[in-house]
Amino acid sequence: MPEPGSNRTPETGAFFQRDRQWHPPAFTPAYKSSVLRSPQKALIAFDNTLSELTGPVFGHAMLGELDNDLIHNFARAGESAIGERIIVHGRVLDERGRGVPGVLLEFWQANAGGRYRHKKDGYLAPLDPNFGGCGRAITAEDGGYAFRTVRPGPYPWPNGPNDWRPAHIHFSVFGHGFAQRLITQMYFEGDPLIRRCPIVGGIADKAAIEALIAALDMQSTIPMDALAYKFDIVLRGRRSTLFENRLEGN
Amino acid sequence: MTQSLDRLKESPSQTAGPYVHIGLTPNFCGIGGVYASDLGSTMVNEQSKGERIDLRIRVLDGTGKPLKDALVEIWQADANGLYNSPAELRGAADPNFLGWGRQPTDTETGICLFRTIKPGRVPFSDGRLMAPHITLWIVARGINIGLHTRLYFSDEEEANAEDPILARIEHRVRVPTLIAERQGDTYVFDVHLQGEKETVFFDS
Repeated sequence: MPEPGSNRTPETGAFFQRDRQWHPPAFTPAYKSSVLRSPQKALIAFDNTLSELTGPVFGHAMLGELDNDLIHNFARAGESAIGERIIVHGRVLDERGRGVPGVLLEFWQANAGGRYRHKKDGYLAPLDPNFGGCGRAITAEDGGYAFRTVRPGPYPWPNGPNDWRPAHIHFSVFGHGFAQRLITQMYFEGDPLIRRCPIVGGIADKAAIEALIAALDMQSTIPMDALAYKFDIVLRGRRSTLFENRLEGN
Repeated sequence: MTQSLDRLKESPSQTAGPYVHIGLTPNFCGIGGVYASDLGSTMVNEQSKGERIDLRIRVLDGTGKPLKDALVEIWQADANGLYNSPAELRGAADPNFLGWGRQPTDTETGICLFRTIKPGRVPFSDGRLMAPHITLWIVARGINIGLHTRLYFSDEEEANAEDPILARIEHRVRVPTLIAERQGDTYVFDVHLQGEKETVFFDS
């Protein structure tokens, strides 16, 4: 069976091991919620089995017309969400630099005032009746995706006495194997709150933080309509199976 | 100097945060009308083959308190031990069973329930059979990178005893943290994030 949305033969090699020094560790005490929710014992490591090499596939048919348009997918007819109109686009690549087709991306965010449509969010910034805050897309043959939204506002949160999240959009990503499953956040170029954020600060390597900051992309803006930010996402690469250990007899 | 390996680095993980429901289970948190239903909320239909089972899962923090804002995804083989995935080269899985599910933990009780089927056995890389198991992936506020573990079944003692992944666990006293207890048609599974009963988590 070809890969979803592709004529390529599926690859079945194990995924590159995860660089746990690159990711934030489980225990990052400056982000207080992690203190009681972080495993303390060593992870048990093993090379991928079929249970990690395989993963569910989602077809383009599941998408609704407005799924990648957060400005309109919750709005009343003829109305639209309030805020700075932006396009977020980019590619999903693997660590070998190849575009990954058929990737389900789900995104969610606060509204332009920094308020989430969620009963647990009590921030005094108002809800926008025309903004729900969720969307999704599936990557094309080259790994490309795009959606339209409003730029989310920064907001205060109860961690330190005066902590503010930088403006961000959450991304959930399904690759081709369940071992590639990833949730991350996209930040915006130039936001002075990024370096002050205890959640971002859980990442030790400055280059890793920069990998989560989308660049303003003037060439992709729509003049007189929307600014654009480019955000590429990288999933674990897959080992070549050319010289993979074979089962006995093969 | 050498040539560059020309590889990229995986995007670093960030927490799913307290509002993960908006993105992944919007109908559950009252955002209706965007998607017809929450993805992964139903796993079986009348045609799905296999023994119907329920999973009753909780995720407990370091004080033993259940998380009420977590999200759990499961991934499993069908009743014949085949995955519904393009990377499954051994045969066609049951077309009426995707094998993937997603549930938020209840905002009052912290329980999440999956109605699924009992998976068949899947071979390990050397051809030995693994015991029936379900892969879990857990995210929540305070979890910086999604946690990977497995649920095995209490009524599969023989298969569990020869499972190559369970055999990896040096500290044998920790093996029971991966075994769900059968109560009728329900398997009860508590994931302990910390403490003496900390669940075994994997890096694979």
